[in-house]
Amino acid sequence: MSETQVWALVFVVLSFGVYIYIAWRSRVKETKGFFVAEQNVPAVANGAAVAADWMSAASFISMAGLIAFLGSDGSIYLMGWTGGYVLLALLLAPYLRKWGKFTVPEFVGDRFSETVRSVSAVVAIIVSFTYVVGQMAGGGIVFARFLEIPQAGGVAIAAAVIFTYAVFGGMKGITWTQVAQYTVLIVAYLIPAWAVAHTMTGIPIPQVSFGQILDELNALQAEFGLDQYTQAFTARPQIDVFLVTMALMIGTAGLPHVIIRFYTTKSVRGSRWSALWALVFIALLYTTAPAVGAFTKVNLLDGVQGQAVDALPQWVQNWQATGLVSVSETSETVNSVTNNADTFAAGEADLLVNNDILVLASPEIAGLPAPIVGLVAAGGLAAAMSTAAGLLLVISSSVSHDLYFRYVDHHASEARRLGVSRIAMGLAVLVAIYFGINPPAFVAQVVAFAFGLAASTFFPILVLGIFWKRANAAGAVSGMLAGLVFTASYMIYTLEVFGTSANEHVLGISPEGIGTIGAVVNLVVTIVVSLATRPPSEEVQEMVEQIRYPSEREETHA
Amino acid sequence: MSDDVMTPEGGPPPGGGSNGWRKEYWRKNLRLMVALLIVWFAVSFGCGILFVEQLNQVVIAGFPLGFWFAQQGSIYTFIVLILVYAIRMDRLDREYGVHERDHDGGLT
Repeated sequence: MSETQVWALVFVVLSFGVYIYIAWRSRVKETKGFFVAEQNVPAVANGAAVAADWMSAASFISMAGLIAFLGSDGSIYLMGWTGGYVLLALLLAPYLRKWGKFTVPEFVGDRFSETVRSVSAVVAIIVSFTYVVGQMAGGGIVFARFLEIPQAGGVAIAAAVIFTYAVFGGMKGITWTQVAQYTVLIVAYLIPAWAVAHTMTGIPIPQVSFGQILDELNALQAEFGLDQYTQAFTARPQIDVFLVTMALMIGTAGLPHVIIRFYTTKSVRGSRWSALWALVFIALLYTTAPAVGAFTKVNLLDGVQGQAVDALPQWVQNWQATGLVSVSETSETVNSVTNNADTFAAGEADLLVNNDILVLASPEIAGLPAPIVGLVAAGGLAAAMSTAAGLLLVISSSVSHDLYFRYVDHHASEARRLGVSRIAMGLAVLVAIYFGINPPAFVAQVVAFAFGLAASTFFPILVLGIFWKRANAAGAVSGMLAGLVFTASYMIYTLEVFGTSANEHVLGISPEGIGTIGAVVNLVVTIVVSLATRPPSEEVQEMVEQIRYPSEREETHA
Repeated sequence: MSDDVMTPEGGPPPGGGSNGWRKEYWRKNLRLMVALLIVWFAVSFGCGILFVEQLNQVVIAGFPLGFWFAQQGSIYTFIVLILVYAIRMDRLDREYGVHERDHDGGLT
């Protein structure tokens, strides 16, 4: 075992120990604890839990590398995955918290109709499942790379720990482990970033100092025949950058596992403040990521430029074994770099670098000590597990609370409800393990589009349900289906999924960006159909009226 | 709940005893929300996407300005927007007497 592996093992075992201890401390006895953590989570803690819930294996491991290769257009992820919190805070969180029940489908069920609730529950399960499979696989990859445990074993270990706290503690256990996981992942992300920034510029604040290397990076990019790093719209046309950013924003605000985290605060006021804390905690990583991307890109290009293939830096050799870095067999010196396996296979580049390596190997590329490399392993696992747990809760609550008790077992006692919810959670974990180890081929493609689907289904009807009393069930059903069908059709038209062939993008709009148009379709259809049919009942309109006010009005007495 | 609860200004909550206050409260909420969303759009989609190339002509501390808005500035702005919203809504809730009595202090 190498020194890095020993440190990785130490940090992983320590952090898992903490998660299991927390699980034991937060066992629950009631469904209110299981689904919404007794609605008793302080705003700051909930903010940290949202941040961990939100930042997945992809945010932690892949994003910086993705930005490094996209350059300026990496902003689609940076803005897209943070701007949605403004929409959540202003348009959804306080009102859904005031209404105060257990799930997202339950809200649309009360507001519109039971049909809308069932459709939403099924969509929530599909979106969450495609997403959770990626987390499981991500966790397995961390195990495989840092500890040389086979990926299947890694997935099983991570899932066993999630199983412990999610089944016994439900939302309560998940919340407090997410707080711990946020701490682990942010420390693991920031320490190497500070160190790299300090080494390269003398200023240890990456957000400020990466401006100093942008000129150098632009020059290096030019030498490699790449586009200017700071030049906008080199990776995607402007209209597509606009639409993808918007789709990611409204998709974020429409994802059930993010929304339900705001059900757990103590009050409406708490939900607003916890949205603030959530974004502060997320921004710590999201403002650091572009700096990490830029620094590592400079180090990488600088380290390999014009080098003979047998004189490349040590990290190239270390990571070649994992398949994340490949050197072309026909090249003698390195003059071109790509992150695209197809380009590399066609012999158009001397070096292939996987996006993930920029975070995983950045401590090594910058020559940082072994404990820090080990810490990155624990951070990657924390990011994957916290997101997986939040998604599994959505699946479990949709299956038990929104479907099973309504269609099968109407009069279940409290004890029985808790039991069934636990079984649903346990089964969801097992299915997730299976697909984590054997990911279906289409998942990798579909997961990126979960946002488009959430954007075009949930977000418009939630916002209209809250802000427009006239919106009714017929409108919501038609709007959701129209948005879903439109968005899914375009995705299938432009992608090779389920055996279809990929067609050209229409007007430069990529399948990632189509969710924005899908959301507009949903919005328009909901409004038109609502106006053409009868308004909702008095009771429903009164409910919409009531969620506007955080509490009963306090009259001053004469 | 004591009988002498007052709004910060010391008078009874505005809007009168009937439900007229509801419209007033809601209108103020919407006005704040729309103002914040205009800033949200202007900074992220405006400075970060629509006018990014023009702004890139200006370089500050090594950052082309449009690039900075797209990768840094918009995120800081989002935080400030939610902060302003949370503070202003706390104030509005108190003014209209609809604040929650069992507090969950955001900053405490």
